[in-house]
Amino acid sequence: MEIDLSRGNIEKVATDPRDTELYLGGLGTNAKILWDRVPPEVEPFSPENLLIFGAGLLCGTPATGCNRTIVSTISPQTKLLAFSMMGGFWAPELKYAGYDKVVLRGKSPELVYLWIHDDKVEIRDAAHLRGKGAIETAELIKAELNEPKAQVAAIGMAGENRVFYASVEQGRSSASRGGIGAVMGDKGLKAIVVRGTKDLNVAQPAEYMELCNEVLEYIKHREDNPIPGVMPILAGLGSPQEMKVHDEKWHTENFMWGNSRERKRDFWNDEVAKEWTETMEKARTRLISCFNCPMKCGATISMPGLPTYMMKCFTKLTYTMGAFSDLDFGLRIAQKATEYGVDGFSAPQVMAFALELLENGILTDEDFPEMPEDSEGRFFYLLDKIVRREGIGDILADGTHWAAERIGKGAAAYAHNNIKKTEQLPLKLSMLNPVYFLMYATGEKMNITQIEGQFPQAPFATKEEREAFVSDWIQVPDEKFKQYLLDWEFRGENSNPYYPTVQMSCDIVDWQETMHYIDDALGQCAGLSSFPLKPPYHIHNYPKFISAGAGIEMDEEKLKQAAKRYRTLVRALNTRRGMRRKDEKPPANHWKKRFPELEEELLDTYYKFKGWNKEGIPTIESLHELGLGYVSDDFIERGILVEGEEDFPQEVSAATEES
Amino acid sequence: MKKTKIIKNIIIDVDKCNGCRACEVICSSFHAMPKYSNNNPERSRIRVIHEPLRDVYVPIYAGEYAVAECAGRDKYIIDGKEYDECAFCRASCPSRDLFKEPDSGLPLKCDMCEGEDEPLCVKWCLAEALIYEEREVEIEEDEEAPDEIAIGLESLANKHGMEKVIDTIAQLSKTLKS
Repeated sequence: MEIDLSRGNIEKVATDPRDTELYLGGLGTNAKILWDRVPPEVEPFSPENLLIFGAGLLCGTPATGCNRTIVSTISPQTKLLAFSMMGGFWAPELKYAGYDKVVLRGKSPELVYLWIHDDKVEIRDAAHLRGKGAIETAELIKAELNEPKAQVAAIGMAGENRVFYASVEQGRSSASRGGIGAVMGDKGLKAIVVRGTKDLNVAQPAEYMELCNEVLEYIKHREDNPIPGVMPILAGLGSPQEMKVHDEKWHTENFMWGNSRERKRDFWNDEVAKEWTETMEKARTRLISCFNCPMKCGATISMPGLPTYMMKCFTKLTYTMGAFSDLDFGLRIAQKATEYGVDGFSAPQVMAFALELLENGILTDEDFPEMPEDSEGRFFYLLDKIVRREGIGDILADGTHWAAERIGKGAAAYAHNNIKKTEQLPLKLSMLNPVYFLMYATGEKMNITQIEGQFPQAPFATKEEREAFVSDWIQVPDEKFKQYLLDWEFRGENSNPYYPTVQMSCDIVDWQETMHYIDDALGQCAGLSSFPLKPPYHIHNYPKFISAGAGIEMDEEKLKQAAKRYRTLVRALNTRRGMRRKDEKPPANHWKKRFPELEEELLDTYYKFKGWNKEGIPTIESLHELGLGYVSDDFIERGILVEGEEDFPQEVSAATEES
Repeated sequence: MKKTKIIKNIIIDVDKCNGCRACEVICSSFHAMPKYSNNNPERSRIRVIHEPLRDVYVPIYAGEYAVAECAGRDKYIIDGKEYDECAFCRASCPSRDLFKEPDSGLPLKCDMCEGEDEPLCVKWCLAEALIYEEREVEIEEDEEAPDEIAIGLESLANKHGMEKVIDTIAQLSKTLKS
């Protein structure tokens, strides 16, 4: 469905089955539309920028956990493609209403919301919702439409005021990365409300149901058999079970506090454990799930005196640790942050960054009039300033990268935890890990959790443990991965950074990334697929799901090829917008022990393995192999690639330059 | 003389419901024609009434069709939580839009997934908010429900009066005897 917000035009366009076969759906077809229709000159806050809400190919079918909405647009933060995603209930509802995507263009002169009720689609006035919280907005709209079963994706004040890390919130879920909420706000769109009551068909009913039942059985098996020898949050399925698990020793002592600065090695003790457990138990009313999924990755949170909200995963600790505070504070400020609609990774880091600039005299007290003295008070103060773009908040609302640029005076050194202008998880480690180096450097989702998975994060200590792990590792695309793991040691020759070897690292990263990209096209949650160890969905059963579900003839090779096609198209979009090798680097201080030569070799080898040249640009040959001749033609026309010339120019790479 | 009867029972633990609605998906898929060819929660014979912000989670099964709505309505407040009007009622009834085929408006009723080992909503509820139980109960012979003929005669008696029915049977017994 196409919506022109400038003219108030609504048009229903049939999905092209040929594109579905080539790009599947969700992210794949979103990327195709953006390639075709958003040339690189288009600015994020231009009416020509598209904002696409795409339901994954199999969303709403009985496949457990298939419920993701893939939201794609040009990000104000990175100026590249943003493809943040959300679980919850929105995508299945859109499918039941009879649509695969909502493609928004233009800008509405007044604040509006979109109301999709099966065949009936309306653009409605939202003037009365201006400034309202995202969750509050959802409740108000459902009440005014008298549609309690409608699903609402809404922005809060941060989106309305185009904060570069504004999220789109949808009850228990949110699409937070890349500032897509800001693009939605720029388009004058407060919310998209959906209610669907139609049938959703599958191509081969009996076969499909058998596959679904197998997945369900495997989930039960995995729930009963957590993986031994790994930390509890990685032993099971789903997102890391932050709402359920009280023991936060690992996060609080290994992740950094403040502006990703300080590690507190002996933080976790009985007293903290007791206090935080009490806080969580009192606040948490219920563990909750997304559509058609037994995993309980979210929770309903009610802090005394504050409206109820829903939370998932690591936002539990980002504000707490950013402000050097406690869980009680973390859960209280997250309530406000959810209503305002900001990314839980970026927002606390931006605030901690601002306070560091103040401490170091780059910003002064005059920049923070009437700011409270205590850390918690300061965070609440800064959050309010940012979402309103008031005073210093107007600068901070652009994120650490752009804020540092506007502030100058050496502020850039404090925006130290970014990749491609985006704040990362607050991790600072010792020894370079070659697999993680490649994932951080080349990931285009800007989030490590959205590329890692499948392969253990660390070796197992003993041979017995390794053998036990590989004994029922059915998910591997190739038997060689078992050997990679069997030979991986903590110390000695077969340990980081030279093992896994460069070639093995390429294989591992490619497998991990491929699975995430498949999930993002199908709408499958990474929590049951690409993220955890030994997930129920994998390269061997996915082709069957696609055949039986969508009626597209599929096998492993064809699926890998399709994933490679739209993964390359994502890269092509970003290449066309100027992304090059120099942009592909983890924060300089991410690891203490760096190996510039090895890092060069990793990047060179991985690029080649992916069919990209030394600058990370897909080559003419690889584009043609993938049926992306039109991308190749465009690159040649723009002078990005030169026909007949060496696809691997012998340029000196800038990958290890300090930022 | 005593007889036994199987009572099929679904135990619903609202505290364990995670609101995922897998029950709605599998129910509507199982009852699709052909089986599993599509799903649509709107056609499901189990619905989860859920309002996350008020912590209301009630999986509810479609029961009998009611021609008319009740004379009054009810509203429960349990542990301080106010539930929707008629939240716990299973009827497909004119007072609400639950348990009606979306296109025809015909009433839906749970059949416990006839032919399966257990209702599929139970099988698909890994949160164990739905538990299936069969129990045998003894029933007295004379407590048994009246048979078809008795029901028919009773309604005739209600309509025409007992005397008329007896007379008619007497009449018929003469003419049909030989």
